[in-house]
Amino acid sequence: MSQGFLKTSIGKKIVMGITGLFLTTFLIIHVSINACIYFNDGGKTFNAAADFMSHNPVIRILEIGLLAGLLIHMIQALRLTMENKKARPIAYAKIDGAANSKWYSRSMGVLGSLLLIFFVVHFANFWFPTKVAVFTNHEHNSFESMKLVFDQWYFVAIYLVGVGALCYHLLHGIQSAFQTLGINHKNYTPAIKSFGVWFSIIVSLLFASMPIAMHLHIIQ
Amino acid sequence: MGSGHGKELNLTLKVWRQKNTKATGSFETHQLKGISVDMSFLEMFDVLNEKLIVEGKEAIAFDHDCREGICGMCSMYINGRPHGPKDGVTTCQLHMRSFNDGDTIVVEPWRSTAFPVIKDLAVNRSAFDRIMASGGYVSVNTGNAQDANNILIPKEAADDAFGAAACIGCGACVAACKNGSAMLFVSAKVSQLALLPQGQVERKSRVLKMVAQMDEEGFGNCTNTGACEAECPKGISLENIARMNRELMSASATYTK
Repeated sequence: MSQGFLKTSIGKKIVMGITGLFLTTFLIIHVSINACIYFNDGGKTFNAAADFMSHNPVIRILEIGLLAGLLIHMIQALRLTMENKKARPIAYAKIDGAANSKWYSRSMGVLGSLLLIFFVVHFANFWFPTKVAVFTNHEHNSFESMKLVFDQWYFVAIYLVGVGALCYHLLHGIQSAFQTLGINHKNYTPAIKSFGVWFSIIVSLLFASMPIAMHLHIIQ
Repeated sequence: MGSGHGKELNLTLKVWRQKNTKATGSFETHQLKGISVDMSFLEMFDVLNEKLIVEGKEAIAFDHDCREGICGMCSMYINGRPHGPKDGVTTCQLHMRSFNDGDTIVVEPWRSTAFPVIKDLAVNRSAFDRIMASGGYVSVNTGNAQDANNILIPKEAADDAFGAAACIGCGACVAACKNGSAMLFVSAKVSQLALLPQGQVERKSRVLKMVAQMDEEGFGNCTNTGACEAECPKGISLENIARMNRELMSASATYTK
């Protein structure tokens, strides 16, 4: 591919789409591992899965790729947003956005920023303590730290807002990524779109159920 | 919506006035009485301008030409939407019956870096012309035209090409897009030629040049909100944008000078 491609507006969007879909695939793994708490075995299965994720060398290499993907997705979004602001220096006095598009399709930047704030809290809660334990060769009981965090109602609230932002971000993002990658076909697009909707809703509901279940001590 | 044939409306019009490209504009309010619901939106402006001229004031500049929805000249961002509240029409095809007595109507020019305001509601859309000039053409053999049936075109391709070719280049897509992106326009022009045998000669260089020119003009980047498709008076489909993205990917990968 010629060097200039990534500098075109379409090339930049394709980077957004590919990194977005890559991050989305990670959600499948993340939600599946978290769902292990529903074995309700005092976190035995969940901790085994979490231990595998934090120690397996392949996963740890993928983790670097994941962080890189997240960084690229954020930096590119910032670049694109600044360019887009320049494309309309004087705002309209009156805009009827609801007449032509969904609010969340116009709010990807806001939703993404909410997600970023959520990630800071989320990483501080779980990712960072796990890393510290791995590098200092300590045992880390992820299930116990989950219980501690979700005993606090405000953490449950923050997580629900974060998951809500994720849901709407995905609702637009998944189908949008396919469109940007040029995958728009009368035969397949309706299926892609409904996959996007179902994926966003199911993954978000599963994620949302966990802090609630822990807080209510349904999972012990 | 609106009242029946022959009725009249009293309206408040808030119109953007701007002396020239460099001037800072502002809104000007006009009270209009006895506007027939049978008038088109542009005819309502004609009435207002005649009134302004009689009063010794400067008429409001706005773009218009054919007044039958095919030239792409009329613009106007009306009450938060390009070409006003109706789907699938240009401003000249919008009638006052779409409004109610006592309404306040806000009218703004297309707002885009690439479409500088010339005066009041008229904007300079020559950025589109430059995009077309960069690659929106086909090689033509001189001599007699050959028999039309010599070149076979599948019905589906012809339909899609015709759908893309319906674009009149009015710029509503840019005006509607929150990012001021011109992707719908450029993709329609790329598609109509990429789909047809006559467009194959310059197929790869065309998409590369037209996208490069689009970016140079200062249009924003597409975020797939779909506002362009919803506001397009000619119903140009987002499928064209996906096609252009495919064309650009494949041309970038394979084109050699």
